[in-house]
Amino acid sequence: MASDDVWILGISMTRFGKHPDSDLIDLAAEATMNAIADAGITMREIGVLAAGNLRGGGGIGQALQKQVGQTGIPVYNVANACATGATAIRVVHMALRAGEADFGLAVGVEKLAGAGLLAGGERVGDSATWAPQGRFGAVGPLDGRIGTETMPGVFAQIGMEYGHRYGGTSFELFARISEKNHAHSTLNPLASYQRRFTLDEIMNDVMISYPNTRPMCSANCDGAAAAVLVTGAALKTLAPEQRRRAVKISASVLTTDPWEEACQVLPNVNTLTRNAARRAYDTAGVDPEDLDLVELHDCFATAELVHYDNLMLCPEGGAVDFFNSGATWRDGATPVNVSGGLESKGHPISATGIANIWEVATHLRGEAGDRQIPGARVGLAHVIGLGSACGVHILERGAA
Amino acid sequence: MPQTVPFVDYLVLGERPHLVAHECTACGARFFDRRNACANCFGTSFTQVDVPTEGEVRAFTIVAHAAPGVPVPFVSATVDCAGTSVRANLINVAPTPEAVRLGMKVRLALAPVGVDQAGTEAVSFGFEPRP
Repeated sequence: MASDDVWILGISMTRFGKHPDSDLIDLAAEATMNAIADAGITMREIGVLAAGNLRGGGGIGQALQKQVGQTGIPVYNVANACATGATAIRVVHMALRAGEADFGLAVGVEKLAGAGLLAGGERVGDSATWAPQGRFGAVGPLDGRIGTETMPGVFAQIGMEYGHRYGGTSFELFARISEKNHAHSTLNPLASYQRRFTLDEIMNDVMISYPNTRPMCSANCDGAAAAVLVTGAALKTLAPEQRRRAVKISASVLTTDPWEEACQVLPNVNTLTRNAARRAYDTAGVDPEDLDLVELHDCFATAELVHYDNLMLCPEGGAVDFFNSGATWRDGATPVNVSGGLESKGHPISATGIANIWEVATHLRGEAGDRQIPGARVGLAHVIGLGSACGVHILERGAA
Repeated sequence: MPQTVPFVDYLVLGERPHLVAHECTACGARFFDRRNACANCFGTSFTQVDVPTEGEVRAFTIVAHAAPGVPVPFVSATVDCAGTSVRANLINVAPTPEAVRLGMKVRLALAPVGVDQAGTEAVSFGFEPRP
């Protein structure tokens, strides 16, 4: 453990699902206290806190401190759409690398159970007289008149665009990706759904935005996740059991989308993911074929397909063949979303970018129970926040 | 004679309806919205260019679930107009996976949005299949 490495010392996620009796702070506190206990330290050692929440009104970090420990440390409340959790991890990672603290805490929490469309879910009425407004000089709301602003619709087009470029996609293919993730979550006691759906059930469920039916969309739910990070230097001073369970962060990368033709018309989630993945593999000295498991941002079944390619798990243009080979099922060559992914484990937005790191870390520690990927040593966690931000983390089992 | 207005400022009505874009004079990047600077090269000089009215469907979805007040189903698409990408609805075509296909050749068409209290009609655009 080189002194400038950063490690995960403790990490936790709540059950994802409906928590009608817990508020945001209850959920954030549960994840935090469990992560602190998992790390074997107290809030007293934590030197920096980054906290993410999008829909709760702001200031979640300080609200959390008031319940679990006000020690006067700096708090960074972060927001980066669906990459918010990964951004919190990234902020703590940078603070530790910069020598600002030895221990840091990243937390993400959201309450979304029962929420519908998160973007394009409401439309204001037309005004009494047409008057140009906004950056497009529009006389009325654009959604539904000039394309769609809904996430299921945007990500449907992203999957369809891949099909246009390389061929081989179909409604059934995308539904089979969802079938895989729902099958995986039957082994995950913390997942929202834990029920296997048949292909027929998925294809005949409510159509949201073709080709995405309801079970092919990420599940809105409540949940929180938290991680305690430690510098390599501080880790050396801890007990053997803490060092044995520590998971190395071999790469922590955050990117945004560079300008390309069309990127302001249909969001381009590909280039920023490729850029993040390339940098992460270079930093970690890891190749895609070294990965024992991958948790990627399957906010919709159509999104999972393109990220096989973007994360370079397959040759360029080869995502359909890669999926059809069975590689991404839990018994395949590169298991993807063995947690159930966003479609089945659920997607409490700000928690997602820490929960997927929890999933990978839990396998690397050999503590994933019935769904353990045997002998897992290296894993990758990926999130995309539309707008856009991409977080990629590569984790490795400790060398103890 | 009732007055008509374009639904967005980058739609030009008249005898030959078409879209216009702000093109960066330094790098050629095109944008439909009001600009502060170029997102590609940071230049601040733009010219207005006409966008070809014919293109092909590069991506689409059939939106079945939208905000209250948005009529569904409708087809949302990304249309490649000779190298300039445009977001639009596909119109004058059935909103079904059988009728709409990737790579379909389409052309700009107008779509009335409605008449306001002053009697002014707003006209938007979509793309329809080319014969």
